[in-house]
Amino acid sequence: MRNPIGPLEFTRRGWVRLWLLAVFVFLYAPIVILIAFSFNQSRRNIVWTGFTTDWYGRALNNASLIEAFTNSIMIALISTVLSVILGGLLALGLYRFRFPGKPVLDGVAALPIVIPEICLGVALLVFYARVGWPVGLPWPLNLSQVIIGHVVFSFPFVAVVVRARMEGFDRSLEEASKDLGASEWQTFWNVTLPYMKTGLIAGALLAMTLSLDDFVITFFTSGPETITFPVKIYSMVRQSVTPEVNAASTILILFTVLLTVIALKFQKPSEGVG
Amino acid sequence: MENWRRQPWVFATFIGPGTLWLLLFFLLPLGWIWLFAVGEREGPVDIVVTWTLENYREALQPVYLQLFLKTFLIALVSTAICLVVAFPVALAICFAPERYKNVLLLLVILPFWTNMLIRTYAMIAMLRQNGFVNDGIGLLWTGLKYLLTPIGMDGLMGERFAPLPLLYNNTAVVLGIVYVYLPFMVLPLYANLEKLDRSLIEASLDLGASQVRTFFEIIVRLARPGIVSGIILVFIPALGTFLISDLLGGPDSQLIGNVVERQFRAANNLPLGAALSFLLLYLTFLALALRAWFAARAEKADA
Repeated sequence: MRNPIGPLEFTRRGWVRLWLLAVFVFLYAPIVILIAFSFNQSRRNIVWTGFTTDWYGRALNNASLIEAFTNSIMIALISTVLSVILGGLLALGLYRFRFPGKPVLDGVAALPIVIPEICLGVALLVFYARVGWPVGLPWPLNLSQVIIGHVVFSFPFVAVVVRARMEGFDRSLEEASKDLGASEWQTFWNVTLPYMKTGLIAGALLAMTLSLDDFVITFFTSGPETITFPVKIYSMVRQSVTPEVNAASTILILFTVLLTVIALKFQKPSEGVG
Repeated sequence: MENWRRQPWVFATFIGPGTLWLLLFFLLPLGWIWLFAVGEREGPVDIVVTWTLENYREALQPVYLQLFLKTFLIALVSTAICLVVAFPVALAICFAPERYKNVLLLLVILPFWTNMLIRTYAMIAMLRQNGFVNDGIGLLWTGLKYLLTPIGMDGLMGERFAPLPLLYNNTAVVLGIVYVYLPFMVLPLYANLEKLDRSLIEASLDLGASQVRTFFEIIVRLARPGIVSGIILVFIPALGTFLISDLLGGPDSQLIGNVVERQFRAANNLPLGAALSFLLLYLTFLALALRAWFAARAEKADA
């Protein structure tokens, strides 16, 4: 016989289960259907006529799509690295030092997180146009405008995550290290950094996700000669919807999920430490 | 914490790069736009700062005010729906058995790893004229008609199923916003409910309060900080929406984001666009100030 449902066992109540199911269907049905129809023979995305992988072949042979894809991955990678460095340093500085203007810096660093993306997008658009940002640079420097924009909204997130991690840090460890003769650098490298690692990985994951998820900043900062994945898809969607778009989207979804799974695996072993 | 003067170089290494980045690529561009908002166009590209308020006056014309009101309402409705949908989800995850918790959380976050544009695009396929929602309803309709024919009541249902106009209207925009930003609501709610002292809920139930009363008077009250964070996290991006309304909305679903985008790209009226985007920013600050005010009031009430 089953145990009766306890008052707090909400997940065993029928209506809660139904609610959860409905929400997950709502969240996943569009994506699942998008993926399913990337294998559909019909050009018109509506009726299922048979299985094919042709659209993947087309997407992979579409040179500008591939270029856009590599560009976006590159943007995500570089902006993640920069965000982790900037955010990690800022978090440490804010954690460690007392200085005049600290609340101001705190507030300004939180701003990119909260303001509507479109405001930052148009501001950067005008900024690049007015300072005459160099164009026609060799790859991947030609992506610098987009990368800079992504770092602006990603590194404050990294700083928040890392700082939350540092809250539990015992500073006497650093003092002990220095008392025992280690230099500032050695202390940082061997004592502080290993403790920060979990926060840094979580921050990197977040920065990567934000970069791959972004459309608005990318849309406003990518110049006419740099194609990025979301902007390319945007123009494809506006012209005509073919399963090629579905195939390309599926590849990006798979890529992101794979990346995150790997990152999560990375994070697991160190979770218990510290 | 130590005084920065003790190790100025270490301090500069930590604080410097981030501060510089914010100054150069955040405050400077925003400041520039802020100046444009009080400037005038001179020639095709030049803008002279004349400290005029004309752009703000234009941005506060009834046309744009209506637009702001509409954007505000759409953002409000979407946020409310997100809250109602997300609360039971967050609560259920919170009280789920340990082993399912992470899986459920992952399921909530997973769509967030898909590019926002792709999710919006996926929504088009669901909602359009021959989309899956319409096909589904059509199938139900045919089935029902088939059942009703033998008893001679099929006349009630009309000759053919007319697809519902689901796409290219305001409902589609609201649905799109809910779809894209729902995880933003679930996560802060979950984080808050997870910390909640369960004995309070048990005490309320033990003392004879019903589940419903316990929910509204204990759980919702204690979850207030999470609710406020969730509202802010959904409401502010919803205010600035331009992609979702662009792809899912109809001719009358233009939001403030779309107009700002047009001023900067096609119409090239930078001063007006700047004034509009700063009004949007001020609205955001107002929302944040309200949150701070709520937080301060809650703290006072606790004390």
